Amino acid sequence: MKDQSNIRFRITKDIIFKGFIVLFSVLSGIPLIVILYFIIKNGISAINWEFITSLPKPVGEPGGGVLNAIIGTIILIVISSIISVPIGIFAGIYLAENKQGKVPYFVRLCVEVLQGVPSIVIGIIVYAWVVMPLKSPSALSGGIALGIMMLPVIIRSTEETIRLIPNSLREASLALGVPYFRTILKVILPAGISGISTGILLSVARIAGETAPLLFTAFGSNFMNWNILKPIASLPLVIFNYATSPYEEWITLAWGTSFVLVVLVLGLNLLAKIVARKWKVQF
Amino acid sequence: MESPVLRIENFYAYFGDNCVLKNVNLSIPKNKATAIMGPSGCGKTTLIRCINRMHELTLGATVSGKIYLLDEDIYATNPIIVRRKIGMVFQRPNPFPTMSIYDNVIAGYKLNGIKIAKNELEKIVEESLRKAALWDEVKDFLHRKGSFLSGGQQQRLCLARALAMRPEIILLDEPTSALDPKSTASIEELITELVDYVTIIIVTHNTAQAARISDFTAFMYLGELIEFGPTEKMFTVPKDKRTEEYLGGKFG
Amino acid sequence: MITDKTEKKVDKTHISESIFRKILYLSGVFMLFLLFAIFLTLLIRSLPAIRSFGLSFLYGSKWDPVLSEFGSLPFIIGTLITSFIALIISIPFSFSISIFLGEYFREGILSSVLKSVTELLAGIPSVIYGFCSIFILVPAVRALEMKIGVTPLGVGIFTASIVLSIMIIPYSASLGREVIQLVPSELKEAAYSLGATRYEVIKEVILPYARSGIFAGVLLSLGRALGETMAVTMVIGNKNAIPKDIFSPSNTMASVIANEFMEASPGSIHLSSLVGVGLLLFVITTIVNIIGRYIIKRLSVEV
Repeated sequence: MKDQSNIRFRITKDIIFKGFIVLFSVLSGIPLIVILYFIIKNGISAINWEFITSLPKPVGEPGGGVLNAIIGTIILIVISSIISVPIGIFAGIYLAENKQGKVPYFVRLCVEVLQGVPSIVIGIIVYAWVVMPLKSPSALSGGIALGIMMLPVIIRSTEETIRLIPNSLREASLALGVPYFRTILKVILPAGISGISTGILLSVARIAGETAPLLFTAFGSNFMNWNILKPIASLPLVIFNYATSPYEEWITLAWGTSFVLVVLVLGLNLLAKIVARKWKVQF
Repeated sequence: MESPVLRIENFYAYFGDNCVLKNVNLSIPKNKATAIMGPSGCGKTTLIRCINRMHELTLGATVSGKIYLLDEDIYATNPIIVRRKIGMVFQRPNPFPTMSIYDNVIAGYKLNGIKIAKNELEKIVEESLRKAALWDEVKDFLHRKGSFLSGGQQQRLCLARALAMRPEIILLDEPTSALDPKSTASIEELITELVDYVTIIIVTHNTAQAARISDFTAFMYLGELIEFGPTEKMFTVPKDKRTEEYLGGKFG
Repeated sequence: MITDKTEKKVDKTHISESIFRKILYLSGVFMLFLLFAIFLTLLIRSLPAIRSFGLSFLYGSKWDPVLSEFGSLPFIIGTLITSFIALIISIPFSFSISIFLGEYFREGILSSVLKSVTELLAGIPSVIYGFCSIFILVPAVRALEMKIGVTPLGVGIFTASIVLSIMIIPYSASLGREVIQLVPSELKEAAYSLGATRYEVIKEVILPYARSGIFAGVLLSLGRALGETMAVTMVIGNKNAIPKDIFSPSNTMASVIANEFMEASPGSIHLSSLVGVGLLLFVITTIVNIIGRYIIKRLSVEV
C-alpha cells in the first residue's frame, strides 16, 4: 500500500516538473511575441515611400525619412566586411592548418577573448585609434569598430568549416602535384564555401544592429554622406537617438526604423540558414 | 629485368623516432603491374607514399636512402614535379566535389595553372576516361558534378584524373577495398589493360587480388621487404617461410 | 606531360608558397597584436586617472565631473547588481529551454519552433530591446511602483535587470541544451531500467553529468550581461550614485561610458576615468569569459 502511494507521488512529481519546464519554455517566447507585435504594429504604419527615400526633417516639421541611415548602414557593412573578411578567412585557415603549437594556441585564445569584449569598449579603442588622429568621427572609424567585432565570428566559422573538410580531398590535390597554397585556395576553400559564407552572413547580422561601438565613431548624422571620413548615420543610431527624444514624430520614425532594422537582421539570419543548406558540399 | 622504371635503394622511413620501413631494396619493372602485399602495419602504404613523396607531408615524418625514377633521384627533385610524374589513387574515392566530371579529369592541369589549348584538353579528357573505362557512362554528363556517380565509377574517375597527367607510374592504395565486388572486378580488369600505357604499383591486403592482376609481387612484413618476384613463381614456390605462411593464411 | 617550361614555373611556386604561408601566419598573429593593442590602449589612456586616484578609483563612491572626483564604485555595484539579478531571473527560463530541447523535445515541430524563438531572441539588436522596454516595460514598472508606494520613475535597476534577463536567456539556453544532449543514452537507459521516472533521470543522472556545461553556460550569460550597453542605458535612469534599493535609478560601467564619453573633453581626467571604467569592464568580462570557455574546453576533452 505504501509503495503504491509512493509511486503515485513520484509520478505526480514527474508530471508537475514537465509542466514547469513546458510552462517556462513557453513563457520565454512571450517577450519575443510582444516585441515583434509592437514593432510590426507601430512600425508598419510609420513606413511609407517618404520614409524610405527622404532625409530627416528638422524638429517640428512632419514627415522625413531615414534614407541616410539605410545607406549609412550599408556603407558601414561594406567597410567592415572589407576589413574583416580577408583577415578573418586567412586567420581561420591558419588556425585550421595549425592545430597544435604555442602560437596557434594563443591566437585561438585571443579570438575567444575578443569575442567577449563588450562592444562599447571596442568603441573606446577605435575612438583612440582613428577618431582622435582624424580629429573627427567618421564612417571609416565606425567600419573599423564593426570590423573588429566581425573578426572572431568569421575566424571561428572558417576554422570549423575547414576542419570538417576530409583530409582525403587535400591529399587528392597534393598527389596531383598541386602546391599547398593552390590546394587551399582552389580546392579547400571552394569546398568550404557554405560554412564560410554562413559565418560572414551571421557576423554581418550581428553588427548591423550594433549601436554602442558607433556612438563615438560613426556618431550619426542628419545628412546624406558619401565621404567615409565624415560622420555617418546608421539605423541603430537613429533608433537610439529618436527613441530617447521627446518628439512624437521622431518616436514614430524610431518605430519605423526598428521595423526596417529587425527585417534586415532577421533576413540576414534567414539568408545564412538558406546558404548553409543550399551551398552545402557533399563529400 | 630490363631497365626498371623505379629503383628503391637502402630505403628507411620514420614517423618521428619510430622506424616503419627498414632497408628496402626494390626495383619495379616498367609497364607491368606490381602488387605489394602484406599484413596490416607492414609498411606497404608508407612505402608507396614515399614513392610520390606524400609521406613527408605528415609532421615528423622523415626518410633516408634513395629512390630513382628513371635514374632521377626523386628526393633531389622538387616534390611537386615528382607528384606530377607519379599518380595516385586512394583507398576511398575522392573526386573534387565542387568540380564537374570534365574538370575533375583535367584537375591536375587546371589547379596547377598549366595552360593547354581547349581541343587538346578535350582530347585528354576523352582519352583518360576511355582508358578508365568510364567514357561511355559519362560522356553525356561531362559538365555535371560527379556526386551522382557510384563508388566504383567515382574510383574510375579518380583513375582517369591520375591518367590525364600521363604519369610514368600510377600508385594504387587498396583501390577496391571500399567497393562492391562488381566494381572491384571492373577496376581489376582495367589494371590489366592499363599496363600498356603506364606502370602500375598496387598495394593490397587481398592476396587473391594480387594473384589475379599482378605480374610481379612484393611481400612485406614489419617494415621489411621479405620477398619479391614474378607473381606466379611467388605464389606457387615462395622462397621465404614467412611468405608461405602469409599466403597460407597463417597470419594477416 | 611535364615539360621544361613547367619546371621553371614550379620554381616560381616556391615563392608563392612561402608568401602564402607568411600571409596565413601574419593573419593569425594579427589577432594577438590586436588584443594586446586593445589592452595597452585602455591602460595608457586611463593612466592619468589611475595615477590621480589610485585605488580609490575602485572604491570611491562619488563620480562628479564638475568637481573632477571620479570613483567608479556606483557603476561596479550597478553592473554587478543588474547582472546578477538578470542571471537569477533568467536561469529558470534558460534552464527550462535547455531541458525542453535537450531532453523532452529533441526533434519535431515544437523543437524547431522553440529553437527559432531562442535564435530570434538572440538576434534582436540591443537598441530595439531598449526601445521596446521604454514603451512597454517602463510604464508597467511605473504602475507597479505606484502600487507599492515607491517613486514612480519606471526606470532603474529593476527595469534594467528585467530587460537584461530576457536578453541573456538564449546564451545559457543553447549551451545548456548542447551539454544535455551529450549525456550518453546508456546512462539514462540504465536509470530507466531501474524504474526511475523521467524527472528522476533528469535530476539524478542528466543534471549531475551536465553540471559543468550548464555552469559554463551561466558564466557566458553573465559575461554577456556585464557588457550589455544599449538596452541598459535606455532604462536604468542614468544616475551616478550607488543605488539605494532595487527601484533606484543607477548606472552600469557600460552605460556611464555610453552616456558621458562624448561629453567629456578630450585629454581631460573625466575622459581618462571613463577609459578606466572601460578597462575595468574589459578585465572583468574577459576573466568571466575565459573561465566559462575553459570549463567548456575541459568538457569537450572529457566527453
